[in-house]
Amino acid sequence: MGSGPVVDGAAPTVIVDDLHVVYRVYGAGGDKGTAATALMRVLKRQRRPSVREVHAIRGISFVVSHGDAVGIIGRNGSGKSTLLQAIAGLLPPEQGCVYTSGQAALLGVNAALLDDLTGERNVVLGCLAMGMTPQETKERYQSIVDFSGVGNFIDYPMRTYSTGMAQRLRFSIASAKNHEILMIDEALATGDANFRAKSHERIVQLRAEAGTVFLVAHNLAEIEASCNRVIWLEKGKIMMQGEDVPAIVDAYLEATGGEPRKRDKPTQNEHNASA
Amino acid sequence: MRERARDQGGPGTLTDDLAIPEVDPSAPAGEPLAELAARYRLRPSAARPGVFAYARQLWERRHFIVGFATARNVAMYTEARLGQLWQVLTPLLNAAVYYLIFGIILGTNRGVPNFLGFLITGIFIFNFTQRAFITTSRVMPDSLPLIRALPFPRACLPVGYVLIELEQLAMAMVVLTAIVLASGEPLTWYWLLAIPALAVQGVFNVGMGLFLARLGAGADDFSQLLPFLVRTWMYASGVMFSIQTIGSLRNHPALTYLLQINPAAVYIGLVRNAILQSQRLAWPGSKPYDAANCALYHAGKKAYLEYSAYCHGTVPMSGLWLWGIGWAVVALLVGFVFFWEAETRYGRG
Repeated sequence: MGSGPVVDGAAPTVIVDDLHVVYRVYGAGGDKGTAATALMRVLKRQRRPSVREVHAIRGISFVVSHGDAVGIIGRNGSGKSTLLQAIAGLLPPEQGCVYTSGQAALLGVNAALLDDLTGERNVVLGCLAMGMTPQETKERYQSIVDFSGVGNFIDYPMRTYSTGMAQRLRFSIASAKNHEILMIDEALATGDANFRAKSHERIVQLRAEAGTVFLVAHNLAEIEASCNRVIWLEKGKIMMQGEDVPAIVDAYLEATGGEPRKRDKPTQNEHNASA
Repeated sequence: MRERARDQGGPGTLTDDLAIPEVDPSAPAGEPLAELAARYRLRPSAARPGVFAYARQLWERRHFIVGFATARNVAMYTEARLGQLWQVLTPLLNAAVYYLIFGIILGTNRGVPNFLGFLITGIFIFNFTQRAFITTSRVMPDSLPLIRALPFPRACLPVGYVLIELEQLAMAMVVLTAIVLASGEPLTWYWLLAIPALAVQGVFNVGMGLFLARLGAGADDFSQLLPFLVRTWMYASGVMFSIQTIGSLRNHPALTYLLQINPAAVYIGLVRNAILQSQRLAWPGSKPYDAANCALYHAGKKAYLEYSAYCHGTVPMSGLWLWGIGWAVVALLVGFVFFWEAETRYGRG
């Protein structure tokens, strides 16, 4: 840490400037939920208590450059997914700004398209939604299906898929396009060992094609293997960030009460200068 | 082990003993980030494109809109045993129920020629607008996972939903054609006028759908209220009675005019006059003015109702087309700009 982003090296692709994100949650607890209590609230001109504002990101700044793979770690509820959604432009900032060099693609756990439809339809619609032409979609279709390895299930509705199969298909769809910025939010967590190896290769390939990759994972080995930078979030703020990935991971583990990671050999990541 | 357990509390159970640095020590210093972003020509990720650029982006996603609408249409009946047959059964049952209530039980025909064809045309055409309004008012909250997962112009969603209703309408029009022909109407060249009429109505629905989608994206109260507003609108739009020939309106020309130029009444009138010869011939103003025959109509005897064609029409046919196109253009422009203004806020929920 402390090494800071290299401003004058590679060109920055993502700049996050004092970002705050607030989102509203409806139907949080609060009143008894009867018509009478609702009427009293209207008469007393009270705000609906079941609308809660969650200040999920509270002032974050960082710069990410071409070819960076940034791991984001932190406990459940620390704002990792919200940060990615804000970078993708899906959640508007309350204050501050996120600047990007192009459209960021976010691959999340719940990036479901249409569960009632077959995998085939989902592949086609996903490609069209990402802005491909019908011709490109037709060309890429077979390679997407092959990569996902769902086999004959491609003709079944997606709601019949196992969690791992659905995630494999979603990852295959989203990574079919060369994104300048690809963000992966725990989307590889339930894949099997074979698929993890394939998707790791795909991430390395995307990085090599001048892309920027963000990776949220609770599997810290995956972060250490794939990322050259890491950001540790805590309660919507940055606890630590930098390029010394193992040191930050160890500090995170110590603070959250986890066992320290055992490393027999230096990390495999060639981008990791401090290994 | 005790510390391990602390970490498994799930979202929101954060312990307080971690000191979060007030000022991030590793934050980039020196050049303000906004200037750095400007130097490398980075753009805000949540920026809204200009209104023309937005329209172009929407056009580029036309294949997605069509695919989305078709896919949703297919998925709508996958759980039903009769499957796609419901696309035909739903309008048929609708027609049967309304004919039972208004045609037989209440007897609201009041001398309207071919009341069956008149009523069912009115119901199917109004149903297109009604369903488009109600589904688009719920499209943004219903599609929140999709909105938060993929970047695309959000207007794809309400436009796609109107397209779903258009595809449903196409099936209903097949049923309608069969009913109208069976009721004794001849097949004429005038039927072709139904196509531009439905196209103009479709444009109106898209515009209003965009408008309602933004209204429905905020609090849920609006989409709860909307069905009642739409039903009231139906009773004022001459679906089950004829505005131009209803007896109690004869002495209120201004009110009759207002009822007749409301968009639903305009689109229903255009389609009725296209496919129902009995309506086209009885439309006030469709025959040269004849004081004597018109007086017979005003005498109010049931037998003379078709003489309304000899009176001055409230809105002539050409006027009906102008109003129809006017409403569609205004709805599309206002709805599109209104929806575009909030483009970056739909993901917030």
